Amino acid sequence: MESRARPNRLGVLGWVGGGRWGFERYLYTLHRLTGLGLVAYFVMHIFVTSARALGPESWEQAMDVVSGPLFAVGEYLVFAAFAFHAVNGIRLALIELGFAVGRPIEPVYPYATSVGRQRRLARAALMVAAVIALWGGLDFFVLA
Amino acid sequence: MAGTGPRRVTFRLRRFEPGTDREPRWEEHRVEVSPGMTVLDGLWKVKELHAPSLAWRSSCRMGICGSCGMLINGRPRLACNTQVAELGGDVVTVAALPNFGTVKDLVPDLGSMFETHRDLMPYLLRDDPAEQDDPTREYRQTPGELERYLQFSYCIKCGCCMAACPTVATDPHYAGPMPLGQAQRYNSDSRDGGFRRRRETLSGGGGPWRCHFAGECSQVCPKGVDPAKAIQLMKRDLVVDLLRLRRRRPPAPVADEPHGTPREGIAAPPPRTATAEG
Ligand code: SF4
Ligand code: SF4
Ligand code: FES
Repeated sequence: MESRARPNRLGVLGWVGGGRWGFERYLYTLHRLTGLGLVAYFVMHIFVTSARALGPESWEQAMDVVSGPLFAVGEYLVFAAFAFHAVNGIRLALIELGFAVGRPIEPVYPYATSVGRQRRLARAALMVAAVIALWGGLDFFVLA
Repeated sequence: MAGTGPRRVTFRLRRFEPGTDREPRWEEHRVEVSPGMTVLDGLWKVKELHAPSLAWRSSCRMGICGSCGMLINGRPRLACNTQVAELGGDVVTVAALPNFGTVKDLVPDLGSMFETHRDLMPYLLRDDPAEQDDPTREYRQTPGELERYLQFSYCIKCGCCMAACPTVATDPHYAGPMPLGQAQRYNSDSRDGGFRRRRETLSGGGGPWRCHFAGECSQVCPKGVDPAKAIQLMKRDLVVDLLRLRRRRPPAPVADEPHGTPREGIAAPPPRTATAEG
């Protein structure tokens, strides 16, 4: 039964359930997912590199496991996630310091919002992240 | 031309009776729509013709009281402020605002939101209780100072922003856009001196730093309040305060006594409300 104890909360569905309103919700969701991905990678990275402490054989074995093409793609995804998370993080930090959202205004219909006001910044951030990810792709797969 | 008859739409309604229903159920009713008909008018028609026990909350019918926030075709809106025609299509889906408990059918339990709102002291905090209880004159405020909070003061506490916010959707500790927006409304009022007290109330977690500017609150707000902006400005004020760069100003004093032309119209202050002592 629904009650205050078990409210009609949307849960994780609420992270993706919007979209008819503004694409910032998807940036929000992607920021969370890439953040979680980076933390997972970080833990795995520590785990794999700690094999070095067990001697050269363990290190070689660990390197064998992570040198397949699947891991190369995985590493690239980590890099792309990093590119997005870092650039979007800078956008969020700027916004949280009050930049790009504008000052309080008289709300006159149709309402202009801070979301619309920072949209150019959001687009620019996405483009910069895409350029970094592309450049990384070249480095990973073409120039490597 | 063959008569097409009046347009009819199906109202698809989420019904839920605590204590009786274990899970919500969906019910459909077809009603005739007339030009200019709002979703609230449609609900009245459904209640009159098909489902007398249907419950919702509404009062002013003009987007003022904030009672009729509902999830209409997947988006939190005011039922009285949404015309059936603007939704397009032949089905109008209505449910209680999510991210709140449900009292019955389309009535959300806004209690937790108002508790947080009250905890954040949404009123002028000052150290002149005598003047506040028994004002001698108005507090001084310039038009520029008024503009720093006016937008946020249009909030009608409908809860649509809370229902749209993806952080509220997963985080039961987050205060949410309405209470935070209203805390910022008072923080940025030149007559208020409660910034520190509200900051302390928020320091236990659940404060503005849980907001990551998904911006949905501002997209759905029916009054153009832009709570996402209020929350970002609150974060900026907190950072500036942390760096000890915040200008400390006492709350605005009462206006100077008018001199020259005497005030007309108010010969004596209005009578005080009767107290228990008489
Ligand atoms: S900020 Fe807007 S959406 Fe939120 S409660 Fe106030 S009026 Fe409603
Ligand atoms: S801007 Fe903040 S408060 Fe508004 S919907 Fe997004 S996370 Fe929620
Ligand atoms: S009935 Fe008052 S806001 Fe809709």
